Amino acid sequence: MANVSIRDVRKSFGPVSIIKGVDVDIQDGEFVILVGPSGCGKSTLLRMIAGLEDITDGEIRIGSRVVNDIPPKDRDIAMVFQSYALYPHMTVAENMAFSLRLKGVPKAEQGKRVQEAAASLGLTQLLDRYPRQLSGGQRQRVAMGRAIVRDPQVFLFDEPLSNLDAKLRVAMRAEIKELHQRLKTTTVYVTHDQIEAMTMADKIVVMHDGIVEQVGAPLELYDRPANRFVAGFIGSPAMNFIDGRLEKAGFTLASGAVLSLGAQPPVPVGAKLTYGIRPEHLQVMSPGEPDSIPATVAVVEPTGSDTTLMVKVEGGSLTVLLRERCSLKPGEAIALRPVSHQSHLFDERGRRIASV
Amino acid sequence: MTTKAMYSPAPPRPISFAFLAQIILIMNSFIMLYPVVVMVFSAFKSTGEIFEHPFALPDFTQVQNFTRVLGETSMPTYFVNSIIVTGTSIVLILVLGTMAGYAVARYESRTNTFILLFFLAGLMLPLKLAVIPLFILLRDLNLLDSRWSLIVTYTAIGLPSAVFIMAGFLRSLPSELEDAARIDGASEPRIMWSVMLPLARPPMAIAAIQNAVPIWNDFFFPLVFIQTDDYKTLPQGLTTFMGEYTTDWGMLFAGLTIAAAPITLLYIALSRQFIQGMTAGAVK
Repeated sequence: MANVSIRDVRKSFGPVSIIKGVDVDIQDGEFVILVGPSGCGKSTLLRMIAGLEDITDGEIRIGSRVVNDIPPKDRDIAMVFQSYALYPHMTVAENMAFSLRLKGVPKAEQGKRVQEAAASLGLTQLLDRYPRQLSGGQRQRVAMGRAIVRDPQVFLFDEPLSNLDAKLRVAMRAEIKELHQRLKTTTVYVTHDQIEAMTMADKIVVMHDGIVEQVGAPLELYDRPANRFVAGFIGSPAMNFIDGRLEKAGFTLASGAVLSLGAQPPVPVGAKLTYGIRPEHLQVMSPGEPDSIPATVAVVEPTGSDTTLMVKVEGGSLTVLLRERCSLKPGEAIALRPVSHQSHLFDERGRRIASV
Repeated sequence: MTTKAMYSPAPPRPISFAFLAQIILIMNSFIMLYPVVVMVFSAFKSTGEIFEHPFALPDFTQVQNFTRVLGETSMPTYFVNSIIVTGTSIVLILVLGTMAGYAVARYESRTNTFILLFFLAGLMLPLKLAVIPLFILLRDLNLLDSRWSLIVTYTAIGLPSAVFIMAGFLRSLPSELEDAARIDGASEPRIMWSVMLPLARPPMAIAAIQNAVPIWNDFFFPLVFIQTDDYKTLPQGLTTFMGEYTTDWGMLFAGLTIAAAPITLLYIALSRQFIQGMTAGAVK
């Protein structure tokens, strides 16, 4: 096992720069998830750690070694691919033993390690099958088995669950997390799904447009997003953003409604700000209440455990998440009041300047 | 009224298209097999019998045509030459074609397209048109009148189609497979040998058969390049059986049967892979 350190790493394909200076420190045994929208450079960064892409500039260390110029096979890593990339002409056992065979591990030892890995993943019955005879979840498990047998210093996962159906994805999510808790191997995991990131990671690295927006524990990112991008990306349904300006009385919307602020933000009165509030932190009131935003119910989505409301306000729409069932009907007039101390203020450049 | 209706004959069923297709296919296979059967039958008859009863079943114990062909003529030498020339050419075509196809399919470079187009140009040009410059070239290389003259020529003719087939197939394999192998510790030749080649068997069978049949049967290049009897291949060698005034037809057919056997067997052996490869990607 080892820590991984990424120092000012850059990558460009010709004149197009994909990764624009990334610094991440991954501790020994940590489960780190790189998350971001498509094209943010997260997969490229993972492939650079793996050695499948050259590093244009900067430095990547695994353990104490700088691995910039070390080929993938000598980096002591294992990778699970989105398409699993199982060798179609080899059985499950041969797939898992392939790396050991190349390393010249004795046959008996190969068999023993494959058996152990297969037993821990519930693959013992399938060792003689070919990948085409397996279901999606089984293939996924074989791909993980192939990584485990090598006992590497670092596991790399490249969107391993995105080819599975929703139910299986939840099950495999738990299985991967359980596997990590058992093996304690340093893991770097790439996904575009923020739920996966929130549920599995020790530490999340949010990437956007080739740079790191924020690094932190899942709930830290949820509670204290560094900027508007992270605030909008983490959490589902996404955070509501309301434009307005700071006045003496509090945050004033374009419609004239005023929301009182618990603390005075460190900006002058009159500054243009964005008010961010999560859907579950909006309370439904009767219209006309002070310190609230007048709104009209547009869509009601009951899911059983909770209810999502889409409401229209002047100049846009907001999402409200209620933890109980409600009898509101589309077209009904209501008012929304933010729960105190749960909202964030972002300046014009998108940075969070205060939480109020 | 009701009884009449009950006994009215059922309307004639239209003959299904599949049934018609089967009949046409069966007739076609008779037409295709007919010359082969006559050739094999005639191989067991004397010249006199061939002309007296051309279609009669022969006495299959009469193998003197075969013993004479194999014992009294240079047929065994021709046979060995054909095997050496065809075998070496096919091995070279497959090895070089697969390597070039892999490079063209996978390694990104500006010259890639140009190289593929260069190979494709080879598909358009019949090499027989260039036989005179080719003859001069082989003479200058001191290769004339040797098996190598045929091997290099056939390899050059076969490479474009092999590169085309292999590049097309290898490009369709997911590149994550190579990445996985690279991380598993495989070197580039190892990836080629252990991962790509086992998957590329169907297209290799296509390239092999597609080239082996014309090379085995080729008459033109041996006729031009080879003078020494020891280096002659089967199609050229068999012509020595045709006399100016008399021809021993029984022996000629025995020779033809021996000549046709290996390539027919090879085709049967590889046909499954061949059909698999031809239809790959057709379904799913």
